[in-house]
Amino acid sequence: MTIHETLAAAAHGGKAVERQSIYVYEAPVRIWHWVNAVLILTLALTGYFIGSPLPSVPGEASANFLMGYIRFIHFAAGQVLAVFLILRVYWAFVGNIHARQIFHVPFWSGRFWKEWLHEVRCYTFLARQPKKYVGHNPLAQFTMFLMVTLPLFFMVITGFALYSEGAGRDSWEYALFGWVFSIWPNSQDTHTVHHLGMWVILVFVMVHIYVAIREDIMSRQSIISSMISGERLFKDRED
Amino acid sequence: MAAAETLYDVIRRQGITRRSFTKFCSLTAASLGFGPGAATAMAEALETKERVPVIWMHGLECTCCSESFIRSAHPLVKDVVLSMISLDYDDTIMAAAGHQAEAILKETKEKYKGKYILAVEGNAPLNEDGMFCIDGGKPFVEKLKWMAEDAMAIIAWGACASWGCVQAAKPNPTQATPIDKVILDKPIIKVPGCPPIAEVMTGVVTFITTFGKLPELDRQGRPKMFYSQRIHDKCYRRAHFDAGQFVEEWDDEGARKGYCLYKMGCKGPTTYNACSTVRWNGGVSFPIQSGHGCIGCSEDGFWDNGSFYDRLTNLHRFGVEANADKVGMTAAGIVGGAIAAHAAVTAFKRVTTKREKADAS
Repeated sequence: MTIHETLAAAAHGGKAVERQSIYVYEAPVRIWHWVNAVLILTLALTGYFIGSPLPSVPGEASANFLMGYIRFIHFAAGQVLAVFLILRVYWAFVGNIHARQIFHVPFWSGRFWKEWLHEVRCYTFLARQPKKYVGHNPLAQFTMFLMVTLPLFFMVITGFALYSEGAGRDSWEYALFGWVFSIWPNSQDTHTVHHLGMWVILVFVMVHIYVAIREDIMSRQSIISSMISGERLFKDRED
Repeated sequence: MAAAETLYDVIRRQGITRRSFTKFCSLTAASLGFGPGAATAMAEALETKERVPVIWMHGLECTCCSESFIRSAHPLVKDVVLSMISLDYDDTIMAAAGHQAEAILKETKEKYKGKYILAVEGNAPLNEDGMFCIDGGKPFVEKLKWMAEDAMAIIAWGACASWGCVQAAKPNPTQATPIDKVILDKPIIKVPGCPPIAEVMTGVVTFITTFGKLPELDRQGRPKMFYSQRIHDKCYRRAHFDAGQFVEEWDDEGARKGYCLYKMGCKGPTTYNACSTVRWNGGVSFPIQSGHGCIGCSEDGFWDNGSFYDRLTNLHRFGVEANADKVGMTAAGIVGGAIAAHAAVTAFKRVTTKREKADAS
């Protein structure tokens, strides 16, 4: 990682402000984040309307293709999401250490769980000062792994399995993902778990946005702007 | 039991002369481009090849499979039963009864070891050592295992034999168990449906007797030729689905216009069967054509998957009855409330801490 320490004299203040910024999120990670945000929103919306369709449209069937378009957008967005997920996994291998963080939880590390507990205590107002982390804090890493990384893979796998139903038994989708129907032989159940997966991700999105805004205001480091510039800015020099 | 009848015997019985038979053999051999010896070989094969013996047993079931089977139009069930297979045992429709009937089982098992087809309608309850289904004085499960030992293959008729069906519905007090969970060492063809379509049943039998092998099966053990597409894929109302035109409630304008029954809980999009192509009663109609959604009777667990009229499946977990969207929205609501409360506490804390700091300095 590169550390730029800049002792910048504020142009109008005159008083020297000490600032430390670290390059955390590399471009591919940032692009993935924002592409994902758009895709997840699209997929959740279209997916919801596939499960609970809009009111019937008037006219002849041959003049309308509403459900077809909704499903097309859903499938297209799903395939793009899958491609970006593959690229993101690739980047976890070749990118910096922070690119790997959401793909694992150091389950056997006692220190991790101690710091995890500290974060939980901070969020429940039991502990005062949260620790500073260059990347995600242990609680964030844990939540992202559990509620983003795993569900995304789950949604891609079940999504392709469901898509293979229409694509046919000779399709590559069925060859690759047909095993899902060995777990849920009735695809009605596969639909149900695919729905639940959406809600897991949506609940995460709510918490994620709230915590990102809150931390940006409360903590001593930048959060939101970091996902745009990639730089983590620390606002003071205490540990 | 009668001496084994060959296909030649059947042909003769149907009034075809020996002369016509040999003409048929030489013509077929010539048209297929075989050498001069082929006609004789073909005739010999037909003269010696015995009809495939079939044993049809009934476990815990309602006989709807048999009812469906006897209505097959293509091929006619009489041709299947009287000409194509040798239906040696079927306790529902056979003339023999009692010990006489049961003796046939033993005879077939010995005489056609590894050659007969065991067709099972219904399943075996395993609880209380199988006492919930007694057949010929013994638990059905014992009879099933005994006859399965020497069978070439097993056909599991219907949703009962394939998946368990209503007698296996939660909490399944008799522990009704599908055939593939009881017999583990034999090839099993699942022909699900409640009942399966008559032509699908006779089609499977015809395939086995004609080619002497089992049809290609899918991942769930169903014949690919009938179960590789969903009702939805070949539904004649599919155009209305893609257009976004749905029956919103029974007897509304959409119902009269024949719109898609998706919102009325049609299980066509998740059901693998041939109803929308083969149809029922000799191709007359099928449920969706008569205005009612598919109930998914050929799918595993259809009896436990909630209402036939819900699009989204009800989840019966933790004693709550709600579909995935209701569960999700509730979770989102709780989390939303928690976020609001957390934000309020955060703001309050911030203000008080600042005041403390201000007081201290």
